[in-house]
Amino acid sequence: MSPDHYILLSVVLFTIGTIGVLVRRNAIVVFMSIELMLNSANLAFVAFARMHGNLDGQVIAFFVMVVAAAEVVVGLAIIVALYRSRRSASIDEPNLLKY
Amino acid sequence: MIGTGAAVMTDTAPVVAPLAEATGVFSYLWLLIALPLFGAAVLLLGGRRTNRWGHLLGSTTVVLAAVYAVILLVNLMARPEDDRAIGQTLFEWVFVGGFTAPAALQLDQLSMVFVLLITIVGSLIHIYSIGYMDHDPDRRKFFGFLNLFVAAMLLLVLADNYLLLYVGWEGVGLASYLLIGFWQWKPSAAAAAKKAFVMNRVGDVGLSLAIMLIFITFGTVTFDEVFTEAGQASESTLTWIGLLLLLAAAGKSAQFPLQAWLLDAMEGPTPVSALIHAATMVTAGVYLIVRSNAIYDGTIFALTTVLVIGVITMFLGAIIASAKDDIKKSLAGSTMSQIGYMVLAAGLGPVGYVFAIFHLLTHGVFKANLFLGAGSVIHAMKDQQDMRRYGALRAVMIITFLSFASATLAIMGIPPFSGFWSKDSIIHAAFEVSLVAGISGMLAAGLTGFYMTRMFTMTFLGKARWEDDQHPHESKPVMTIPLIILGIGSAFTGMALLFWGDIVSWLTPVTGLQENELPLPTIAYEGMTLALVLIGAGWAYAMYRRDVPIEAPQDVNILTKAARNSMYDDAINDVLVVQPTYSVSRAFVGLDNKGIDGVVNGLAALVGGTGAKLRRWQTGFARSYALAMVGGAVLVVVVLAVVRLP
Repeated sequence: MSPDHYILLSVVLFTIGTIGVLVRRNAIVVFMSIELMLNSANLAFVAFARMHGNLDGQVIAFFVMVVAAAEVVVGLAIIVALYRSRRSASIDEPNLLKY
Repeated sequence: MIGTGAAVMTDTAPVVAPLAEATGVFSYLWLLIALPLFGAAVLLLGGRRTNRWGHLLGSTTVVLAAVYAVILLVNLMARPEDDRAIGQTLFEWVFVGGFTAPAALQLDQLSMVFVLLITIVGSLIHIYSIGYMDHDPDRRKFFGFLNLFVAAMLLLVLADNYLLLYVGWEGVGLASYLLIGFWQWKPSAAAAAKKAFVMNRVGDVGLSLAIMLIFITFGTVTFDEVFTEAGQASESTLTWIGLLLLLAAAGKSAQFPLQAWLLDAMEGPTPVSALIHAATMVTAGVYLIVRSNAIYDGTIFALTTVLVIGVITMFLGAIIASAKDDIKKSLAGSTMSQIGYMVLAAGLGPVGYVFAIFHLLTHGVFKANLFLGAGSVIHAMKDQQDMRRYGALRAVMIITFLSFASATLAIMGIPPFSGFWSKDSIIHAAFEVSLVAGISGMLAAGLTGFYMTRMFTMTFLGKARWEDDQHPHESKPVMTIPLIILGIGSAFTGMALLFWGDIVSWLTPVTGLQENELPLPTIAYEGMTLALVLIGAGWAYAMYRRDVPIEAPQDVNILTKAARNSMYDDAINDVLVVQPTYSVSRAFVGLDNKGIDGVVNGLAALVGGTGAKLRRWQTGFARSYALAMVGGAVLVVVVLAVVRLP
């Protein structure tokens, strides 16, 4: 299989993730969409590493995983705190921080 | 000189000789100023502790200065005529780069006569004030201010350079301000003091500019050096200096167009009017012009301006004096008019300088006499100053009456009273230079006869028009004795100065003297003047002998109306100076508020308004922020693609 397919899959996944972030109201689902975007990027990195025949992309994919893990810790904690205070996980409702 | 065909008979130039070192009795010259200054310091710094004996100390210092002045005069007369200018350097005062002005005194014939006038008349007025201010709780402060004035005035006439003169000049202005506003609880007195101070500042600007110009031109401000080199300066420079000095003189001496403050200055206690606003301070302008004669000798234009100002003020003052019902304001108009005579004489150049000073001296005596007499009357009439409420005071105040009569005859110029000698000398000198000036002097003499007889008749003769609770009585001896002395002085000062003191040749070494031939004998001019004076006096006597209505009649001619309003001087100043100044400042305020503030505030409003609009983008919806980020990222990608692809 040529790497084109992997890149194509990565683009599709990234687009789905982006649309998910923009259109969904549930914070957990938005969060999952963000994970989808991160992992589509990982897929692209690995595919390019394979294309170029070196390991740079693989290494960066690991970095992204570490950052994503850290981000999950912070993000989920925020969402849990949000849910506890408002009894809802909608990201449209917390809108006090504005003009 | 100014357009005359008369032949020059004699022409004596001023003696220019270095000042002699002050030795012997002259080495205590500084005491003249130090004595009253000491009195002022003790009385003003000592506070209430000095209340009990303050008036005695204040009078003593001036009397001692007068005694010392007489000793100086005797010693000065013993010296040869061309060696009567004495200098004493006290200390180095200002030394900046090439500019030096020592605190140095100069006693010459001109300073000497002023010192005598200030200290002797000053002493009499101090003694008189002991009685006049008896009931005033602030009498001690009054004497402190009077002493301050005497010290400043002596500094003014004894200074040997323009800068030190300026110190004295400002000092007398300050003392004048403090004393006009002495009864500062009266709003009118406070306003009058402020007015006098502000109008004097206008003149003072002239003096300070003149001093700067003198320094630029001559590199020095010392009289001796300036006058030696005055001949080398260009005529236009001398004209400017002369006009600026004239502005200074007009401010201090209440000459047109800065005359408006003098009438209001009568708000001060009457001894103040006598000392400052009649005898001494207001004549400082004449002193300044005569002292600077070397400068005026080089500029016909400035000299003629001096003459014209003198003539205008002479008539202005006389007309005002003829219509005022307030005895002090009428006397103030008379003072303006008489100083107008002196300025006129000074404007004649070497022909008139001597007679300006001669008239200044006799005027100092008889006008102080008139004011103190008026004070005695005001005291007797319980502070009533309206002459329409006087009348028939001769019977109850015989000493004041006689002394006032002597001064009245003196100011009218009836021989042999002192005003006759000095005023006729001026009129005579005026004819030597210009026919117009001479005739003006004569006509003003007629007006003098009118207003003085009017004042005298309304006050002392006719029927009593007193208010019911007024019981006039003669003043105490402490007030009448100075009046008696001044009354005798009014009669004889003129003759004494002219014949015994030989004032003309005494002053000639300082001022120079020029005499021109006249077409008629002297007696003819004297006769014409006397006739005019008698016509004026007779007219006034006929008008005011019998009925003087208690309310001033309103159906009077336009000139009388104008004169009652002091020739509308306040209105004229208001229209010409005050309102334009207001308009300019209003324009500046408008420019500041609308222009400069507008730019600053407009900029702030622009930034603020834009911010207020941009703020609306912060909606608080996290998903719209996410959309903005995606949009931004897409934009970056598109731009990169567009830039990179080709």
